[in-house]
Amino acid sequence: METILSLKDLTKKYGALTAVDNLSFTIKKGNVYGILGPNGSGKSTTLGMVLNVVNKTSGEFAWFGGNIKTHEALKKVGAIIEHPNFYPYMTAVQNLALVCKIKDVPKDKIEEKLEIVNLLDRKNSKFSTFSLGMKQRLAIASALLNDPEILILDEPTNGLDPQGIHQIREIIRKIAAGGTTILLASHLLDEVEKVCSHVVIIRNGKKLYSGPVDAINASHGFFELQAKNMQLLQELLIAHPGIENVSAKKNVVTAILKEPMDAETINEYLFEKGLSLSYLVKRKESLEEQFLELTNQTPSA
Amino acid sequence: MLRLLEIEYHKLRYSRSAKILVLTYFILITFIALIASIEFNLGAINFRVADQGIFNFPYIWHFNSYIAALLKLFLAIVIVSMMSNEYTNRTLKQNLIDGLSKKEFIASKFLTVMVFSLVSTIFLFIVSLILGLSFSDFTEVSIIFSDMEYMIAYFVKLTGFFAFCMFLGILIKRSAFALGFLFIWWILESIVYGVLKWKVFRDSEIADNIARFFPLESMSNLIKEPFSRLSAVQTAATQIGSEIDKDYGIHWDQLLIVLIWTVIFVFLSHKLLKKRDL
Repeated sequence: METILSLKDLTKKYGALTAVDNLSFTIKKGNVYGILGPNGSGKSTTLGMVLNVVNKTSGEFAWFGGNIKTHEALKKVGAIIEHPNFYPYMTAVQNLALVCKIKDVPKDKIEEKLEIVNLLDRKNSKFSTFSLGMKQRLAIASALLNDPEILILDEPTNGLDPQGIHQIREIIRKIAAGGTTILLASHLLDEVEKVCSHVVIIRNGKKLYSGPVDAINASHGFFELQAKNMQLLQELLIAHPGIENVSAKKNVVTAILKEPMDAETINEYLFEKGLSLSYLVKRKESLEEQFLELTNQTPSA
Repeated sequence: MLRLLEIEYHKLRYSRSAKILVLTYFILITFIALIASIEFNLGAINFRVADQGIFNFPYIWHFNSYIAALLKLFLAIVIVSMMSNEYTNRTLKQNLIDGLSKKEFIASKFLTVMVFSLVSTIFLFIVSLILGLSFSDFTEVSIIFSDMEYMIAYFVKLTGFFAFCMFLGILIKRSAFALGFLFIWWILESIVYGVLKWKVFRDSEIADNIARFFPLESMSNLIKEPFSRLSAVQTAATQIGSEIDKDYGIHWDQLLIVLIWTVIFVFLSHKLLKKRDL
């Protein structure tokens, strides 16, 4: 698979503070990537560095194999950063026409892209009259003008109302379905979970995990069980070779799996040993639980 | 290069304030012609400014380039705000992300500065030519096109001044503060000159020799005031017994100083932009 962007030991220091710490990962063509991390974890700084607006302290990054200059590479990239930035006195079309000039692409796609983000009816309104949601959608249209190899979105739904969030996510899903590589930075788990196939999790500028979303920890899920004789239940579970860890909370016993196992299998096993269950469910940890586990945070009540 | 100019033209053409200021500037230049119609009627004496020889070739090149240069502040506002607005609107960040390099960004701004200076120079040339042809006592081609170095000096002076404005716009990021800083800088130069002249190097030319290297001073030194060169003023001066002995010419070393400042300002703008995180 073609490599679009690769980072190697990329580091950014602001004085004593290390915002991005030896970050390395690779973006391959055709996947939808998420950069996940709490606020202030270095997501935007990382994107800023590869987008030529923040100077790196050390390390390397390379666009499209590294054979072209960054600003030339960026002409093949579509990116929006936290806040949509346009010239307030220009209309939507005039702003997009300027982007076309900068990116060296013909202007004939402006209407088509405005259509995608549902702004065609406001194309001749000044940018300053737009709502935040509209500004954000215009930013997406602008990022799509060159039919980019990769679309980079930094917190695209930040500050939007639920309807705005929904619209943006629909648009992203549509674009992703068209096969465009996407890199989405967000502190919102469900956003990443819903859209992305791969995820890079960072905290305090350090990479905690990178890989497919469904393999965040190589866990096989866990069972939650209940029986009359909780003591025996726990003993039997600990004795089973396929179970890694058993813990009890209130009236529920949680058994984490070492290897793939069906609920039926464990039910049969326990029944053979003379125990009948009153409650059995197999679950996989949600991305949120895994994320919190990875970032060592406890869920706030 | 054309692409960079197009980009900047696109940014400016839709900005109402920029359009108004640029228009005002060029209209004001044509207003130099109005000086021609100033007349005094002091009893029996009818005094008409146009008859005092200010529109005589080649003096008109000197006079008009000096007067027109006073108006450069209007374009300076446009230039300062076209730099600092990129910061306040955060469009500079977006421009870079869209694939403009920092070098290209500075280049597009500086090219615009050059175009402004060039258009202003050509415009002034045309206005002066028309005025001269209407009022000058001498209209031989050789006289008309003598002293053309005033036009070159005018171009260099504007370019240098606008490059300074461009640098201040980037340095300070806010147009109002940048213009304020320009004013403060001007006062500072005067103070430093004053201190050098009246305290440090009394009764010598050293202070002037140092001051002519200051950025604003070097620009204003390019075209010296033309008033005392008028024959009426000269005559009056002779009558009261003082001789005005001044060199009104354009000096190549002065041009060079301004050109060097221009290079420094463009270089510093680029350096500053490269160093900053946006």
